[in-house]
Amino acid sequence: MLFKSIINDMNVIIDTDENTVIARINGEVDHHNAKSIRDDIDLAIDRHHPDRLILDFDGVTFMDSSGIGLVIGRYNSIKPYGGTIVIENTGTQIKKVMRLAGLDRLAVIK
Amino acid sequence: MKILNEIKISFPSNSCNEGLARSVISAFTAQLDPSVSEIGEIKTAVSEAVTNCIVHAYRGTHGKIEIVARHLEGNVLYIKIRDNGCGISDIKQAMEPLYTSAPEEERAGLGFAVMESFMDKVTVRSTENKGTTVIMKRKILSKQSDT
Repeated sequence: MLFKSIINDMNVIIDTDENTVIARINGEVDHHNAKSIRDDIDLAIDRHHPDRLILDFDGVTFMDSSGIGLVIGRYNSIKPYGGTIVIENTGTQIKKVMRLAGLDRLAVIK
Repeated sequence: MKILNEIKISFPSNSCNEGLARSVISAFTAQLDPSVSEIGEIKTAVSEAVTNCIVHAYRGTHGKIEIVARHLEGNVLYIKIRDNGCGISDIKQAMEPLYTSAPEEERAGLGFAVMESFMDKVTVRSTENKGTTVIMKRKILSKQSDT
């Protein structure tokens, strides 16, 4: 798969190909940072209407429930296009918060 | 319980201070020799409480957030987070998982659920138009839980 980088800011790097948008999230996902991350991802969804949105948490060092809002919101953004969400590279702490919220009902968590 | 050490911090309800509050409490908690998992959970609980102050208590306004952290006898961490905001009219409803008064801001309604899940005890006191105080306690166990 050949991904093209379309957004590269401090909190998220977004790559895309024909059917997939991959958002590589970096740093701390809290209420303060979540807005710019979600704006960047929504911009990519609006442009590309992807079949699949991959949220890569490998670079995330902290996440509170603002990250849950971020995932649920992106699920609502991609749903009208029939897209699905895959969550990748979550650490133990982030998985705990995601499990608490029951996110596995909306997305595939790897 | 005897207080072995204590800090008090106060800062304006700017969202950039969410990370500051987590860092300060994390540094204080280090004295209790927590595991990586414990420190992560405590930081998350503090982040939720401070975010509640910013998003809910001081919605559309600004105010002061005060945090008191204590190291209590028995290796117990005590954290009190107080605002002088709008208060909570129905604490029971506010603490229900998935309840939020700010869905437009993509709040998940899990703040108190996370606090209760990650801390041993969470107490909330609130008076409408005067403010809210959240008190959380957690006994710090050994680092063996990391293995």
